[in-house]
Amino acid sequence: MTEYVGKAMPRYDGIGQVKGQTKFVDDFILPGMLYAKAVRSPVHKGVIHGVDFTAAARVPGVIGFVTADDIPGARLFGACGDQPVLADQYTAYKGEDIALVVAADEDACAEALEKVKLDIEEQEPVFDMFEAMKPGAPLVRPNLKSNLWEYGPDMTTRVMYLGDVEKGFAEADYIVEGRYQTGEQDHAAMEPMVSVAYFDEADRLVIHTHSQCLYFQLGQLAGIFNLPMSRIRYKGGVVGGGFGGKNHIHADHLAGLAAIKFKRPVKYRMSRREDLLYSTKRGVFILEYKTGVKKDGRLTANHIKLWHDAGAYGGFSPYGVEKCSMFASGPYHIPNTRVDGQCVLTNKAGSSSMRGFTIMNGQFPMEMQMAKIATELGMDQWELRFINAWRDGDMGVSRYVVRGAGALEAMTEAAKLAGIELPDRLLAMSSRGR
Amino acid sequence: MKQILSFTLNGSPVDVVVTPTETLLDVLREKLGVTGPKRGCDDGDCGACTVLLDGEPVRSCLTIALTVNGRDVLTVEGLGVNGDLHPLQKAFHEHGAFQCGFCTPGMLMSAKALLDHNPNPSRTEIREYMSGNLCRCGSYEEVIEAIQAVAAGEYKE
Repeated sequence: MTEYVGKAMPRYDGIGQVKGQTKFVDDFILPGMLYAKAVRSPVHKGVIHGVDFTAAARVPGVIGFVTADDIPGARLFGACGDQPVLADQYTAYKGEDIALVVAADEDACAEALEKVKLDIEEQEPVFDMFEAMKPGAPLVRPNLKSNLWEYGPDMTTRVMYLGDVEKGFAEADYIVEGRYQTGEQDHAAMEPMVSVAYFDEADRLVIHTHSQCLYFQLGQLAGIFNLPMSRIRYKGGVVGGGFGGKNHIHADHLAGLAAIKFKRPVKYRMSRREDLLYSTKRGVFILEYKTGVKKDGRLTANHIKLWHDAGAYGGFSPYGVEKCSMFASGPYHIPNTRVDGQCVLTNKAGSSSMRGFTIMNGQFPMEMQMAKIATELGMDQWELRFINAWRDGDMGVSRYVVRGAGALEAMTEAAKLAGIELPDRLLAMSSRGR
Repeated sequence: MKQILSFTLNGSPVDVVVTPTETLLDVLREKLGVTGPKRGCDDGDCGACTVLLDGEPVRSCLTIALTVNGRDVLTVEGLGVNGDLHPLQKAFHEHGAFQCGFCTPGMLMSAKALLDHNPNPSRTEIREYMSGNLCRCGSYEEVIEAIQAVAAGEYKE
């Protein structure tokens, strides 16, 4: 193994890539393959009374339709198991999948989609997290007690703490407060969401997937299809860019359901427009900081309140709140820390995992807060960071003991690369002890 | 109203039945099984579907198929000769000029057109010429290095 260390090795699949031979999911074009497109909710929130396919069925090339009634198994999916595979009673975001149109080609799908008649009673949606949290706010979907995610029975705040923040604030010379927000973001992988499904010669359901995590998803798919895992050949390995967006099932469940119903190969793919509008996103985070600091720069307490916009369904967002909470105090030793995190549902397409996955949504505001504290103290930002950086043996808010700390050494190297001269008293510091 | 489209694809004559609304990308991928050109946006924005039409780079997703009648189309599949890699293919591979690889077939065709027109482009010229080919993984630096290496004669046919 060690003969490879320090050497640039050619990619094992590189020759296929430069020859254009790599088979991405959309490159599977099978004889007799049908195409499926989603009938999407035209409203942000509503009650579904019915779907009329009569006129759509007369479009030449249309083979049929898939609705929730065609699902052999579980009707809910997603990382939290709360999202309808196909909505049949209510819709909670604009663009939500209600049914599939299946046809010989996508032109026929498009024509049929215009002729599907939806009977939906539109209801008042809520888009803003703080509006959604107000008492009496419209509920994002039925059967919710409130729009706050429940981490346990009646537990809507995920609390992490270390020490006692009130004691820490009492010890502080200054209290610095700040509020920070990060926005929504699409993964924008070059390869849009797509899946191809068909039954093989042994009656196993083959699915060509661009999944980033086959084993997160195989169980969910087996549940939806009501098939044992041994009868699903979930074939991945080529991902045309994921960035966290392909941790969530966007296409495989729909291609699979259509293949099960019509016993023919089926391709389901989102257009770029559909992908941008309706696939999962990085969700909005808002963090409020209250930080206690002594005149000499030592941080004594950090109390963070954070809110994360999950969209209409949980996805990985409740976990994202926990992960953000763990990292929202940065790589700094603060003996008294508390994070109160809430995950808020709104009538938007779901947010879920994306790159670095909610860690920088906590680290960015903490670094902004450090800059603000340094200004208040009249202290150089490097000095403030060096004084408080983790040393081995320090403890983070989730009670992990830091081992192999490297923030000081990383900052020293960064300063060198940036041509910044640091004073000797900072350069003398080591992560090995305080 | 279907018509017969005849053109030269990667050096060989092709006849195919198409409708007036089909794009060159539709015909290449869905009818001829030539899947090197990718459908990234289907809207002319991303460049993943780039092919050479009579030596000029075009977005095959914006090119109505019937307009290539009697003309010469080159895709990534026709870039190498007799199974050997084109110098750009070798350079992209060795410089790691991609991560997921979805943009690579389009990148290679734009890069070929660039070097055919301008065998010694400056870094700025490379950046400008390649600006219509998006790479979400962020391999732009390696793409520039690979093109510069070919221009410098480091890779031979």
